[in-house]
Amino acid sequence: MAAVFPIKPIWDQPGSSRIPFWAYTDESLYKRELERMFYQGHWCYVGLEAEIPNPGDYKRSVIGERSVILTRAADGSINVVENVCAHRGMQFCRERHGNKKEFVCPYHQWSYTLKGDLQGVPFRRGVKQDGKVNGGMPKEFDTADHGLNKLKVAVRGGVVFASFDHDVESLEDFLGPDMCRYFDRLFNGRKLTILGYNRQRIPGNWKLMQENIKDPYHPGLLHTWFVTYGLWRADNKSELKMDAHHRHAAMISTRGQQAASSEVTAGVTSFKAGMEINDKRLLDIVPEEWWKGPTAVMMTVFPSVIFQQQVNSVSTRHIQPNGKGSFDFVWTHFGFEDDTPEMTKRRLIQANLFGPAGFVSADDGEVIELSQNGFEQKPYHRTVAELGGYGAENTDHMVTETLIRGMYEYWRKVMDV
Amino acid sequence: MNALDFDTWLALNRLYAEYAAAVDSADWDKWIDLFVEVCDYRIQPRENHERGFPLSTLALLSKGMLRDRAYGIKETLFHDPYYQRHVTGAPLVESVADGVIVAQANYAVFRTKLSQESSVFNVGRYLDRIRVTPEGLRFEQRHCIYDTEMIANSLIYPI
Repeated sequence: MAAVFPIKPIWDQPGSSRIPFWAYTDESLYKRELERMFYQGHWCYVGLEAEIPNPGDYKRSVIGERSVILTRAADGSINVVENVCAHRGMQFCRERHGNKKEFVCPYHQWSYTLKGDLQGVPFRRGVKQDGKVNGGMPKEFDTADHGLNKLKVAVRGGVVFASFDHDVESLEDFLGPDMCRYFDRLFNGRKLTILGYNRQRIPGNWKLMQENIKDPYHPGLLHTWFVTYGLWRADNKSELKMDAHHRHAAMISTRGQQAASSEVTAGVTSFKAGMEINDKRLLDIVPEEWWKGPTAVMMTVFPSVIFQQQVNSVSTRHIQPNGKGSFDFVWTHFGFEDDTPEMTKRRLIQANLFGPAGFVSADDGEVIELSQNGFEQKPYHRTVAELGGYGAENTDHMVTETLIRGMYEYWRKVMDV
Repeated sequence: MNALDFDTWLALNRLYAEYAAAVDSADWDKWIDLFVEVCDYRIQPRENHERGFPLSTLALLSKGMLRDRAYGIKETLFHDPYYQRHVTGAPLVESVADGVIVAQANYAVFRTKLSQESSVFNVGRYLDRIRVTPEGLRFEQRHCIYDTEMIANSLIYPI
């Protein structure tokens, strides 16, 4: 019998369809993930341009476990700097957002421009006392050497990504042409308007959130609400697409008008045939021109973000890991500048379907927590993500776990396991 | 009615107590009964409330939507079972006019999962508009504006 706690985790399964439980429970692996996924070689989501519309605006954000600040400088440029003072390392920015001319660390009042350049150091030339100058920084001290850590920034369609890794490929290459197309469909140049935030802490490994949105097997089964009201069914017209590395994906689905066939509802024990919703506004869905067909496109951009279009509800979902078994999940719901008041209201009402209290996503957080509990109790075991086979390829249906296999194929490569 | 007479004050306190008892005993029919037909029930992060962002974590705009939520809780939402317990502070009455009482109260909701310790799940304040009806006092608006920065995974039951 295998030891419950493997001393040296080894991926002893062929391919990527059987994911060892230790991939979600091992502390040192988690640190390596932060290093290789969040701090190197990847673009991470930090926020939306619309959150910092004016010069001087800033917003505190997170990449992996590192606090960063998204700023709009006086010249209108967008910058991302690490929230750590160059002097003694203090995480100086405590407000969540605001408007400032400069950043000043309260500890010793070192001050920085909104682009992160050090501009002032108190007592740099020492202090005069009794005709002599006491102390001060050494004469070779150069402010240019002591700015905040500046990240590489990419802005596309109003969405801001950043990377600690200045050698990272371009955002366009990172996403690849197929993902770019779905990204541009949602962020098509119209100005975004912020509708608000939801924040939840989910006690599960961060990868489980990516997997949840790469898994079209569960929505028609777990989310009975979806099935009952016909928003998502296993026989919806759909496509699953990945980038060339299989790390990002889009689940593209078009709601069918047909009645549910017994085949797709037979396994759903809680399916309520003939159930009518009391207040129709919850399902007052109006197709928008930019959809160009699909009623839902769920896009996972590895490792840090999910872009959601579910009917009229659009949002970004930011994954902020805080340990191997927990992550913060921050939802930013938005609309577009040219939305009518009716459309805004519709988006807000449909927001009831999503978020930590959502009719169809509260249960995602719950299953992630309970999966993590399962992994922790027998870390020697593995999952069986073999719906639709063993490989990772694009498909034109949802009856497959191909996207999860694709993600782990990539993960194994980057993680060297 | 411009001032709150003693009987109405007692009725207001009773309404708050009945509300807490309904949501803590998962009596969703009773919960729905405490609202008028066209009502506005919201659970909203304090951040959105103060920054003027309209998004709520949950926003139910009619008794019909309350019924739909109750149906979701009972029939479609999967979640780890838990008890909840409300402690509601004394109402602070702001105004009484035209049969509507505007009041607020602090609340704390504790959550207890099976075989686990109790924890503070959600704290905030209710911003209420309460209508005097022939059937008694009923909520026309209950906005639960919560301080809790991170929802502990998911929020299933009404606050």
